[in-house]
Amino acid sequence: MKTFEYTITDPVGIHARPAGELAKEAKKYEDTITVTKGDKSAEAKRLMSLLGLCVVKGDTVTVSVEGANEASTVVAIEKFFKENL
Amino acid sequence: METKIGKKIFSGIAIGKIQFYKKSENVIARTKISDVDEEINRYEDAKKTAIEQLNDLYEKAVVEVGEANADIFSVHAMMLEDDDYNESVHNIISTQQVNAEYAAAKTGDNFAEIFSNMNDDYFKARAIDIKDITNRVISILCGNTQDNEIGDDPVILVADDLTPSETVQMDKSKLLAFVTKYGSANSHTAILARTMGIPALIGVDIDEEWNGKIGVVDGYEGQFVVDPDITVLEQFFKRKAADDEQKKLLQNLKGKENITKSGRKINLFANIGNPGDLVSVMENDAGGIGLFRSEFLYLESDHYPTEEEQFQAYKKVVETMGGRKVIIRTLDIGADKQVDYFKLDKEENPALGYRAIRICLTRPEIFKTQLRALFRASAYGNLAIMYPMIISVDEVVKIKEISKQVKDELTKEGIKIGNVEEGIMIETPAAALMSDELAKHVDFFSIGTNDLTQYTLAIDRQNAKLDCFYDAHHPALLRAIKMIIENAHKAGIWAGICGELGADTSLTQSFIDMGIDELSVSPGCILTVRKAIREAE
Repeated sequence: MKTFEYTITDPVGIHARPAGELAKEAKKYEDTITVTKGDKSAEAKRLMSLLGLCVVKGDTVTVSVEGANEASTVVAIEKFFKENL
Repeated sequence: METKIGKKIFSGIAIGKIQFYKKSENVIARTKISDVDEEINRYEDAKKTAIEQLNDLYEKAVVEVGEANADIFSVHAMMLEDDDYNESVHNIISTQQVNAEYAAAKTGDNFAEIFSNMNDDYFKARAIDIKDITNRVISILCGNTQDNEIGDDPVILVADDLTPSETVQMDKSKLLAFVTKYGSANSHTAILARTMGIPALIGVDIDEEWNGKIGVVDGYEGQFVVDPDITVLEQFFKRKAADDEQKKLLQNLKGKENITKSGRKINLFANIGNPGDLVSVMENDAGGIGLFRSEFLYLESDHYPTEEEQFQAYKKVVETMGGRKVIIRTLDIGADKQVDYFKLDKEENPALGYRAIRICLTRPEIFKTQLRALFRASAYGNLAIMYPMIISVDEVVKIKEISKQVKDELTKEGIKIGNVEEGIMIETPAAALMSDELAKHVDFFSIGTNDLTQYTLAIDRQNAKLDCFYDAHHPALLRAIKMIIENAHKAGIWAGICGELGADTSLTQSFIDMGIDELSVSPGCILTVRKAIREAE
């Protein structure tokens, strides 16, 4: 399992558009991608759950990737966060 | 004739026939079904159609309101593709053996509830999106088509509320204005109204009986008039004609520089009295706010506004203005204003009385509270402070001592403050005459021509008998303004005008010749003054 932490810089947090983009991006990979804020977790492929985390600017989330291609997938996902959130 | 009030979303005047828009209700019955697979397929087909519709709407919206605002439709499509949502519908159908309409409705309600209970406003508002997509799918399942036909003539659309999909599908050429019961300043309807540039009001107590009647939307006053009397209607037509004229000016002058023919640039700012006017500031393309009257915080309250209350208000204004300068004047209240909790004694001559900076300097707790709030807010934008009713260098020295105390306190508390210019209003003859000395102690002057004129000419503006003696262009006043500007420049500071005279275009050339750096006028006058500047040498 590979993980990274990320602090949200986007003023609206993980709102509908980047959440949708993240879900779309996550679906490209076989691995399981999980976003955790505090004690709540959501699968990155599930838009509603992602929105349900209510992640706002300044929040730090832990993203974990588990699967056969986790090494490369985690790089791609971290890049996505840096570029969009 | 009925007159209703509402919150204005976009100003302007619309006159026309009212069309009452009623949402077609989806009546959802919970019925048992026998073939689970078939029912799930029904849902999947409806879902596919819904997504196609949303993609079409996205394409249409991009053209009409731009990519950022059209985004909502691609988000809706993504929500319908969500595994949690779809699994929920499938589960309800198979475990309860019920119809797709019910399964979708229940799923929609459940998700909407989760979002409604979130703390953050943005996420809370997503509940509406979930209801919207669910309704869309159910309508398709029920075979309901929303009748969006408007008819031949353009109308004022009146409704409880309008979802993004509803507004985008309407024929824009047939829309004069929106009037809704619900909605918010940041709802999709509001965004659309602003983008389309049509008047809109929300929070209006609407009535289905109005359908077909003549209505007038007054986006300036926030009023909706149904079945206006002839005289009222005539007045509105006149106002609309003037409004259209102004809008044409807007088209030509918006975005253009405030630059004279010889290439001198003048800052053109707006005077406002409360945050609601910010809409007007943006609409009229002001470069900043040259006078933000802070009295509204004190007048709208029955207690001294707290530091936190003030901080939130100032923060909002500077944030809304982005990096554009916001000059906030400290409280300018006197015995002539109704503020009981200040406990001001009645005065014979309130204009010459215990007011403004005099209250602040003798009641430093009130002053410090306002200053703390202002310096805190300065970290969020471009904020400057202006002190009113100054008559001596002594006062300025005292003010700066207090403001330094406040800054030091905040810094010690670890609170970030921005770079804040501190200037004064020149609105008394004493200040005008001492402007050479005063200029050495402040960052800028703003000339309050209304009071300066009154005090210099010793004329009470409210007394009509004195009109024959009153001259807004009195040479004494013009001499004073010239001297003030020269003294400012000698000390290396800038000078502006925030009084009414700033908008007097017969004087624009004179002010430019005197070397004025900034003119701050009411938002509606900005473009007219810009025109005058561009036509000046």
